Amino acid sequence: MYTLDKSDVEKIAFLARLGIDEQDIPEYATNLTNILDMVEQLNSVDTDDVKPMAHPLDGVQRLRPDEVTETNDRENLMAHAPETEAGLFLVPRVVE
Amino acid sequence: MQWEVVIGLEIHVQLANKSKIFSGASTAYGAEPNTQACAVDMGLPGVLPVFNGGALRKSVMFGLAIDAQINERSVFDRKNYFYPDSPKAYQISQLYYPVVGKGSIDIDLENGSTKCIGVTRAHMEEDAGKSLHEDFHGQTGIDLNRAGTPLLEIVSEPDMRSAKEAVAYMRKIHSIVRYLGVSDGNMQEGSFRCDANVSLRPKGQEEFGTRTELKNINSFRFVEKAINVEIERQMDILESGGTITQETRLYDADKNETRSMRSKEEANDYRYFPDPDLLPIVISQEEIEQICTTLPELPDAKCKRFVTELGLSEKDARALTSDRDMADYFEQVQQSIDDARMAANWLLGEVSARLNKNALEIKDSPVNAEGLTGLLKRIKDNTISGKIAKDVFEAMWEEGGDADSIIESKGLKQITDTSAIEAIIDEVIVANPSQMEEFKAGKDKLIGFFVGQVMKASKGKANPGQVNQLLQKKLKS
Amino acid sequence: MHNKTIAELISGLEAGEFSSVELTQSYLDRISSLDQHLNSFITVTSERALEQAQQADAQRAAGQAGLLNGIPLAQKDIFCTKDVKTSCGSRMLDPFISPYNATVIEKFNASGAVMLGKTNMDEFAMGSSNETSWYCPVKNPWALKAVPGGSSGGSAAAVAARLAPAATGTDTGGSIRQPASFCGVTGLKPTYGRVSRYGMIAFASSLDQAGPMTRTAEDAALLLNVMAGLDLRDSTSVDKDVPDYTGSLNNELDGLKIGLPKEYFSEGLDDAVAKVIEDAIKEYEKMGAVVSEISLPNSKLAVPTYYIIAPSECSSNLSRMDGVRFGHRCENPRDLNDLYIRSRGEGFGPEVKRRILVGTYALSEGFYDAYYVKAQKTRRLISNDFNNAFENVDVIMGPAAPSPAFNIGELMDDPITMYLSDIYTIAVNLAGLPGMSIPAGFVNNRPVGLQLIGRHFDEAKLLNIAHKFQKVTDWHTQGPGQFV
Repeated sequence: MYTLDKSDVEKIAFLARLGIDEQDIPEYATNLTNILDMVEQLNSVDTDDVKPMAHPLDGVQRLRPDEVTETNDRENLMAHAPETEAGLFLVPRVVE
Repeated sequence: MQWEVVIGLEIHVQLANKSKIFSGASTAYGAEPNTQACAVDMGLPGVLPVFNGGALRKSVMFGLAIDAQINERSVFDRKNYFYPDSPKAYQISQLYYPVVGKGSIDIDLENGSTKCIGVTRAHMEEDAGKSLHEDFHGQTGIDLNRAGTPLLEIVSEPDMRSAKEAVAYMRKIHSIVRYLGVSDGNMQEGSFRCDANVSLRPKGQEEFGTRTELKNINSFRFVEKAINVEIERQMDILESGGTITQETRLYDADKNETRSMRSKEEANDYRYFPDPDLLPIVISQEEIEQICTTLPELPDAKCKRFVTELGLSEKDARALTSDRDMADYFEQVQQSIDDARMAANWLLGEVSARLNKNALEIKDSPVNAEGLTGLLKRIKDNTISGKIAKDVFEAMWEEGGDADSIIESKGLKQITDTSAIEAIIDEVIVANPSQMEEFKAGKDKLIGFFVGQVMKASKGKANPGQVNQLLQKKLKS
Repeated sequence: MHNKTIAELISGLEAGEFSSVELTQSYLDRISSLDQHLNSFITVTSERALEQAQQADAQRAAGQAGLLNGIPLAQKDIFCTKDVKTSCGSRMLDPFISPYNATVIEKFNASGAVMLGKTNMDEFAMGSSNETSWYCPVKNPWALKAVPGGSSGGSAAAVAARLAPAATGTDTGGSIRQPASFCGVTGLKPTYGRVSRYGMIAFASSLDQAGPMTRTAEDAALLLNVMAGLDLRDSTSVDKDVPDYTGSLNNELDGLKIGLPKEYFSEGLDDAVAKVIEDAIKEYEKMGAVVSEISLPNSKLAVPTYYIIAPSECSSNLSRMDGVRFGHRCENPRDLNDLYIRSRGEGFGPEVKRRILVGTYALSEGFYDAYYVKAQKTRRLISNDFNNAFENVDVIMGPAAPSPAFNIGELMDDPITMYLSDIYTIAVNLAGLPGMSIPAGFVNNRPVGLQLIGRHFDEAKLLNIAHKFQKVTDWHTQGPGQFV
């Protein structure tokens, strides 16, 4: 069974842009390893001929007509945004 | 070492739908920031996507136009990555089951031949918002108006072997999507964006070399330059024994070079999985067939028809059909005056020359199809000569107005009255006694001189055919 | 007044015995004096509630009363409520004032219902004890040192303590049914797609459903009448007629075929709980039902399947919480990554982080097929088990939870044992089936719920089956001493 270590947790945490305190990493590593251990049980079943189930009910996507139904609601939608200016959301400078 | 260039293009086309792919907000260009971003586009907590059937329709139209497999069942997947212009921190795209499968198009090479370029697939996805880099005290501003605009990503097979082929492919795709009304293909507004994958391999080797991706090149000219400059760069590296780093590079038009992009997300793991908020998209054979019947005539078919039915040369036909607006303009004129050759000559001559000189698209021509039709009609009915028509055309272009009013106001009506012409001829003969003698002495070529003099005296308005005819009579007598 | 059911309150309002304003005020008073013992509310919207109540009274007077006119309800803080704080039990959304209403909220507003406030819950609906809420744990009104269950713990506690006649909950792996069981109330998780998810902050998109938490099946039917129905804003919402769920409540149960999964009555189930369930089943036999043993052979795969699918979906759903457009944002971010990492690091609690990490891992390159795709396949096996079972029975019954409510703090260090408290409820979400938990007895003075599982869109039948039980038993009328 694959045990997750500190660097695994750090890699996954970065992918998820999730800040984790240094001292908590070992505990997360253990938790994750235990959970992955638990899900190993799925390998006890042969599923080669089974079709994956993405949705609980068989359904087909409804199509929306190509019409404009939403009007400008900027003031309302941005009213409580953390940082805005001139109708824009602000983030730390992005360099391409 | 002989090197072979391998190029593949990924073209992102904004679909000409009124509303977004997953919400009912408008896709109109140029609105004030965040005034066309509803809650769904902003990725607020709790919102859900609803799929625009118009995007499916346009995607299928494109697939049919390139003879591609249309997948009756396709699925939307989430492509997960963090970037401020991507409000949900995932882009809804199609990885595993795209709507359009394998297809192909023919491109026209410079030597007149055609080459078949494969299209691997085309899939639907949503566009991201825009980052505005003007300084907001050291911060970047995000506008989500564009977020959620429907895109069709068209992926070519790595079949192109030169920058010119790449441009020809790009032009063909551009032409097709505009012909179909699938997209307005406006590169300045970002509705047609091209990424190029470029690699080199020793001639004869089957395995591909390491490729670099050139991103977001927004004009045909730049695509050609960027690719060529990148080929040179790679060749320099390889010839000196180095290796190519797989990376994304930006083209700098001012310096005419490519440079490595600051890592946006180095080695990103997008963790694609089917979007659980959307169900599989299903389209029936009947629906596909119905869409097929609505396809307009495509460039290649139109070109063929111009040659076989209208008698145009292949070169002219190709030039006229390369762009839908041009083809529409031509057909409108041609149908009105029932003279394909004249319409073609004028369009490819006078009109195109001026468009090129002023870097204009045909849709921005100051003289529209109606205007040109009006002018050509006056040539055909002998009101003016072809030569005078050019002057009239210049006036129409520079000052505006229709042919008739200009002809009227400038008094350019052709002189066709026999006695009037004869009078001018008489004057010319009298004014040029020595040439008259030489002519009588046998210098037949001088008829040209006399025609010229008559035309000059009539300020070009005399009907040249009649001048010739009447001069012949007079001189011979 | 606070012991009346909604059905009774509707009659009372119709008869003019009291006004909605009086009714609402009395609940607000109760909340203000009693909720300090429970922490079941995060936000109490007193002013707004009284305004709504006034409007409701006016509408009733004008003869325009909607289905739930004037009825005060508590809304789980997972539903976006316009201009009202919507926190999802998390620091990440502590500053979030929603600019729009969830469809469920719109429907309640249109029916004339009154919103008392937003109830406490496990953070982002992840938990089975309401201990992961950033706003402190909720207490079980039956035993204040016990958990109310989760994630809809606030709603369950509020209803049990009569701080609201009913509340909404959401259920992804048991989050309505398990707290209903722990708090002695009636909870219904409808079929997936029956109730709109628009505006319901997403945890696991293919599993989440909203449902009523009430004291009686009849009340649940009244609420479901308003909640259910097609919503074009939700692509997974099903276009199916909404029957009048109160219409068939009294249908006879003669010949009803009940299946008891043998896998649900094996080790892990508390003996005393097993006894309560067996006694409950006997009541059904007395009513003419026929009981048989069935098998759901892939039952043991349910928890592992869920713990790949749910975290995978939620890891993606929660990515939008990045401090840019709403919610918590860290101070003085150095750069973009720092903004994301610190905002999310500060905003999310440990259980949420655990699940995001598991989900990110399960979807990552190299592991996608082994985990995510595999789990989608075992999901189908589990679903097939139910399809097979329903060929022979009309309803499946069993315990809603393996034990009565455990104590606060008891399982916090043991995530896996915590996960196993959902062992009987999780499979139902994986298969998208409707499920209910109704009060069936007590063990050590803590409530125990009977779970009912039906075929897709069989809510009417489940409510009928629950109602008939509530006509011959009185477990559901009992309330915790100090709150009754």
